[in-house]
Order: sequence, then structure tokens, then C-alpha cells
Amino acid sequence: MAGSILEKGAAAPDFDLHCTPDQRLKLHDLKGKRVILAFYPADWSPVCSDQMAVYNEARKLFQQHNAEVIGISVDSKWCHLAFEQDRHLHFPLLADFEPKGEVSRLYGAYNEEDGQSKRALFVIDEQGVIQWSYLSPDGINPGADGILEALETMDNGQH
Amino acid sequence: MSTLKPPVSGSDRQTGYRGAPVTLVEYGDYQCSHCGIAHPFIKRLLAEKEKDILFVFRNFPLQEAHPAAYIAALAAEAAGQQGKFWLMHDIIFEHQDHLDGNSLLSFAEALDLDMQQFAQDWKSEALQQKVEADFESGIRSGVNGTPTFFVNGEKIAYDETYESLLHAVEREAQAHR
Repeated sequence: MAGSILEKGAAAPDFDLHCTPDQRLKLHDLKGKRVILAFYPADWSPVCSDQMAVYNEARKLFQQHNAEVIGISVDSKWCHLAFEQDRHLHFPLLADFEPKGEVSRLYGAYNEEDGQSKRALFVIDEQGVIQWSYLSPDGINPGADGILEALETMDNGQH
Repeated sequence: MSTLKPPVSGSDRQTGYRGAPVTLVEYGDYQCSHCGIAHPFIKRLLAEKEKDILFVFRNFPLQEAHPAAYIAALAAEAAGQQGKFWLMHDIIFEHQDHLDGNSLLSFAEALDLDMQQFAQDWKSEALQQKVEADFESGIRSGVNGTPTFFVNGEKIAYDETYESLLHAVEREAQAHR
């Protein structure tokens, strides 16, 4: 497959993107926390909606491992806001909107043909290093089992 | 392929034939319309494949999307404390468009439950933990939406038809003959 996603051991590229219409979020602001970065193709699409709904509920499990989940797609900040409000999502959605797909490209998670993010997951440790990544086919919701296993592996590595 | 974690045990709500060659597990949400569609399929499957199936229901309430899903799950579990889990499970699915605190109480009354006990169990820490544990097991098993079905521990492809369930069950039953 042309252009593969960043893998374990790579430094997670920093970003500075809108998470609400008047706030921006930078990866390095989250140092000291683990970050689950979930790239997805589009707000409102059925598979993305199900995936985000599951992460919304699984947040409490992620937080037990000092991890916060963040969604990211090329949708605009206003689109994200409407999607978040409609689905009662309680985690940030980043707008990789301008330049379009720039951050997705840095992670190797941009679909040039469709002009949207791929469905890719990254678990980033407290120091900003990728510890696990996974590329799912666009039409398949990867769930959260891989994320939870990665977080547990990281817990065990620290003991 | 995703596998069921942990495997089915005595603490799971189960119905059907003990010792059946096929254990069918559903992760479901009482307010999810797709689970509502699957509900009569399960009833039909249990009737038509009587000796082949043990059916287990695990809770996977998406609380933010479905505000009554969690209290409905607890209500079914609370009815289960009085031996009426499956009766409550059926009533809830049959009325899934009208779920709230009042309707759930009225279902409990209709089932002639000891209401004082029900009210206590409905709010109990132990049952909340059971529902949370079901949810967590779903996440670990790779559940990515509801309903998700497992046949003898393996996730199956369900396409919202009775046939997809039937074929998965028949295939597994054949393998054990």
C-alpha cells in the first residue's frame, strides 16, 4: 500500500488545530498524558458515528490508563461542533481543515484519492512517542480492543 | 477475528438449552433500534433451533446516544434478581420506543415483582458493576456497535437478517455433530 502510517517508536508529529471554534489544541500541551489519536474519514458517516459513540463510552476505561481520546478528520470546526452536540461526544474533535489534511499526511493517514483522513489509530505515550498504531479499512470500525491492549502493554512495561 | 473475552460463565444471563452445541452471545443496548430488530430473530431462533442454542445477553448500553439504555439494562438485571430477567428483557425490547423511569417501573409492576426489592436492586452498586463489567468485556471483545453477536466465542458477520444468524448457528451446530 502506498504511504503507510507511522509506527511504534516514531515521534508523534506535533499539531496545533482547532478543537472548538475558538480554541486550539496542541499535542505538546498534552505531555504527561497518553493520547489516543483517532483519524477518521468524516463526521456523520455511519461507521464513523458508531466508532465515535463507542469511544465516547470507553473514555472511562481509557482514563484508567491516563489516556485521553481525540478524534481528527478534515471536517471544519463548525461541522465538528454540530456533530459533537448531536451525538453528545465528550472528547475533542480536531479540524485538520486548513491546510487540508496536513496533520493526517504527517501521520501517513491521509487518503489522497478521497481527500479525507484514513481510519487510523495511534496510541502516544507521555513523552510523545507512538507506542501503537493501526490502520483499519475505511468501512470497518476497529472498536477499542486494540487500544485497550496497547495501553495495558504500556502499563506492564513501566512496572 | 475478534474473540469473546471473558468466555461465557455462570454469572451471564442465559436462556435456551443447557449443554447446547452452540452458545450465541449478543452485546446489546435496549434503546438501540437495530437490537430491537434483532430481538424477534433471537426468539425465533430459540424456538426453531431449540436443542442447538444457549443464548446469552450482555449489556452494551451507549448511554450518551441512548439516555434510557443504562437504566433499562439495570431494570432487566434487577428483575433478574427475582428470576424474571428474560420476561423483563422481552417487555423492554417490545416497548423500546417508550423507555423511561416510569415505563420501566410499570413493566416491573406488570411482572408482579416485589417492588420494594426491585427499587433497591435497580439502584444497587452491584448491578451497576455488572452492567459496567459487561460493557468492558464488550470493548475487550472488539464490540464496535450494537448488536454484536458471537457464536462459540467468535464474532460473526450479522447483516440484520434472520438468515445470517441462522446460518452462523447451523454451521457451528453441524461442526459439533
